[in-house]
Amino acid sequence: MAVFSYPQDDINTDLLFPGKYTYSCSTGPEIREHLLEDLDPSFASAVRPGDFIMAGANFGCGSSREQPSLGLKFVGVKAVIAGSFSRIFYRSAINQGLLLVECPAAVEAFEPGDEVDVDASMGLVTVAGKEFPFPALPAEMLRILEAGGLLEYISSTIAAEGGPN
Amino acid sequence: MGRTFAMKVLGRAAGREVVPGEIVFVEPDIVLTHDNSAAIIAKFEATVPGGRVRHPDRIAIVLDHVIPADTGRDAAAQSRIRQFARTQGIANFYEMGTGICHQVVPEMGLCPPGSLVVGSDSHTCTYGAFNSFATGIDRTEAAGLWITGRTWLRVPDSICIDLAGGLRSRVSAKDLVLRIIGDVGADGANYMAVEYHGPGVSSLRISERMTVANMGVEMGAKIAVFPADGRTREFFQDRGASCTGTLWSDFDAPFSRTLEYDLGSIVPMVARPHAVDDAVPVSELPATPVDQVLLGTCTNGRYEDFAAAAGLLKGRKVSPRTRLLVAPASREVMLRCMNEGILQVLVEAGGTVIPPGCGPCLGAHQGVLAPGERCLSTANRNFRGRMGEKDSEIYLCSPETAAASAVTGEITDPREVV
Repeated sequence: MAVFSYPQDDINTDLLFPGKYTYSCSTGPEIREHLLEDLDPSFASAVRPGDFIMAGANFGCGSSREQPSLGLKFVGVKAVIAGSFSRIFYRSAINQGLLLVECPAAVEAFEPGDEVDVDASMGLVTVAGKEFPFPALPAEMLRILEAGGLLEYISSTIAAEGGPN
Repeated sequence: MGRTFAMKVLGRAAGREVVPGEIVFVEPDIVLTHDNSAAIIAKFEATVPGGRVRHPDRIAIVLDHVIPADTGRDAAAQSRIRQFARTQGIANFYEMGTGICHQVVPEMGLCPPGSLVVGSDSHTCTYGAFNSFATGIDRTEAAGLWITGRTWLRVPDSICIDLAGGLRSRVSAKDLVLRIIGDVGADGANYMAVEYHGPGVSSLRISERMTVANMGVEMGAKIAVFPADGRTREFFQDRGASCTGTLWSDFDAPFSRTLEYDLGSIVPMVARPHAVDDAVPVSELPATPVDQVLLGTCTNGRYEDFAAAAGLLKGRKVSPRTRLLVAPASREVMLRCMNEGILQVLVEAGGTVIPPGCGPCLGAHQGVLAPGERCLSTANRNFRGRMGEKDSEIYLCSPETAAASAVTGEITDPREVV
């Protein structure tokens, strides 16, 4: 488990995935190549499933492009822990089934090298053995997240009810 | 206690009284997508193979981001979108060249007062200029909406921005909104509805309200909205949109914060690289040469913007130190500018006209920057790498400042031009 720490505020979608690739990359493998390219060029090759991202406030601000959330889910990031999230990114992460944890205290407590873990059902982040609670997601969003994303959720509803509504 | 605009619109959509913080399920009036429709079609077809969209009449698709197609891949994607629109009976499909989605949706009367619009583009908030509840979503959610017609929204808290007075000569709505974003910060309105109130609202033309609403997302806002008035009704006349659904906050509606601005005190502003909230008066900048000036985009690509720029560029030439790109927001805008001789002025001055679309704003084509270059742009974002190269710089400004600076080759206060 590694923690990629970017403590600055306002990490925008152009830093997470440059706009010039928005219409040429839409699948996981294509996105991975440019993920965080202008923020941390080493990220794409270094990240492993189960890793975490730690960041400041307003993470994901800017464009509605979904390559950042889709890409982070694709490479297996277990959760993004940040001071706060920009609203479109927040929605998009739920739609991709990517866990976001809004917990400024945990971000502040984190020092390079600290072990980090997240228990979504308990609403707890652990940083170097110390626990920080975070607010649980509303039930509607939790169902989408647990299904693995919005379209997976819709598929399961169609299968269960024979129709999307 | 009264209710805010957001509480009223979402309450009407949900069919019950709602309060900030709660989640409501709604059926938006319009779901907007653009070139990203190709990726959305792929998601749609993977989820419901051979399926039909639930409400073809509530879908709008505008080809605007990379037009005309730049590569074979773009062309194939756009071809797939055209075919999907035909097969699914999507009447509100707008071919490339019609304009930027955020100009075309109002021109086609698709965002009337009180409507609920979601779009797979962050600047969907532009339609708040018309009293529409309009906000951005991602591609996956757009695919879900095509399938089910429904989504969830959290009822936002609201901020009141109270405007008094009128803007001075060569000061524009862009300067106002840059000043507001500088004060509020890039996340100061995150998740929130920003409502514009006060006697100053009526002095702002529709194009100016669109500029202000367009930039709402740059302070994190879910929506940025104006009341509907005579100017709104006049805009929608002959565009097939009804203005009867208009809603507005009660006098005692709960606002988490109120800010007040005297429009007469606003001065020309720029946002410095690489943050929209790093806004300062133009007069405080040191000499700042620019390699390129971009006049246009969904923020400032309207008739009034080009008319203001032409007023400063008439009889003058673009400095040999820089280059000027002119990008009308729509064919309708372009035609009006042609008919009134405004394009003539801009081209005679040395401007290069590019097609009505997003142009170089997102760094894909038609004027991307070289490493180390600096662009002065009337667009809405100056993030690092936005116009194609990580080591380039973008300053944001008004059309008036862009025009004055194109003449001098450096960022110039338009009030200094005689």
